[in-house]
Amino acid sequence: MNRRLLRARDAMDRAFAEPLDIPAVAAVAHLSAAHFSRSFRSVFGETPHRYLQRRRVERSMFLLRETDRDITDICFDVGFTSRGTFSRTFSDIVGVSPSEYRTTHGPMVVPNCFQVAATRPVGPLAKGMRSSSFGDAAATPSS
Amino acid sequence: MISRLNVTSIWVLDKEQALDFYVNKLGLEKGSDVKQGDYRWLTVRVPGESPVEISLEQPGPPVQDAATAEQLRELISKGAMGGLVFETEDVRDLFKALKSRGVTDFMQEPTDNFYGTDMAIRDPFGNPIRILERKKAARANRA
Repeated sequence: MNRRLLRARDAMDRAFAEPLDIPAVAAVAHLSAAHFSRSFRSVFGETPHRYLQRRRVERSMFLLRETDRDITDICFDVGFTSRGTFSRTFSDIVGVSPSEYRTTHGPMVVPNCFQVAATRPVGPLAKGMRSSSFGDAAATPSS
Repeated sequence: MISRLNVTSIWVLDKEQALDFYVNKLGLEKGSDVKQGDYRWLTVRVPGESPVEISLEQPGPPVQDAATAEQLRELISKGAMGGLVFETEDVRDLFKALKSRGVTDFMQEPTDNFYGTDMAIRDPFGNPIRILERKKAARANRA
């Protein structure tokens, strides 16, 4: 079971820029959406939605540091569909806005896999963030 | 003063399956294969000049008790036990070769970075394996 969930998590790491939803990712693990969300949370300690948000924010941090791309372009590059949601999610997780992050951070001279691990933000998502089009409200445990 | 790394190890769920993957899929060669009672000392290594042996370690008796082995298996299968980093002369060529040998668990297809081009796969158990083709200048500096 863990191995299948890991395969689905890897799919989110790879395809974060695409319009992913729970049924698509759950299918990678050969599980129903509800079972997948519940199991993922139990094994990895967070909902699939939150994992994907952190992955997307981490990639946007990379692009803010390493490129001159417009912030709105970066927002769409990493899979967000609205600039407002992106800015709100980024600020909630990182603690500063995307533009402020850009002005205070430059390129890092370490391998990309290190950057992915080291800069993956751990900040808590604000409460409202859980309900999203990603649709893992079912992952919220009843306890 | 320590002069070199002799043996490192990676946790696997099944030594025979690991041997098949690391030798027949990844292209390493078998090193030691010694059976003593219930314990099998099994290693693989990069063919050619590299003398570093990678010991394939399977949780269980006689080294671990059943409960410890179960904890290890849980962690291995969620990709939490660390992995290996290899180098290659041509990562895109290797990518094609791995696909032709039936490897499907790519965490990251070949991607260009400032230090070279790398890709990442998972072994059958969940361990991450990264394979790097260094940029020529970086390789020259290191030599």
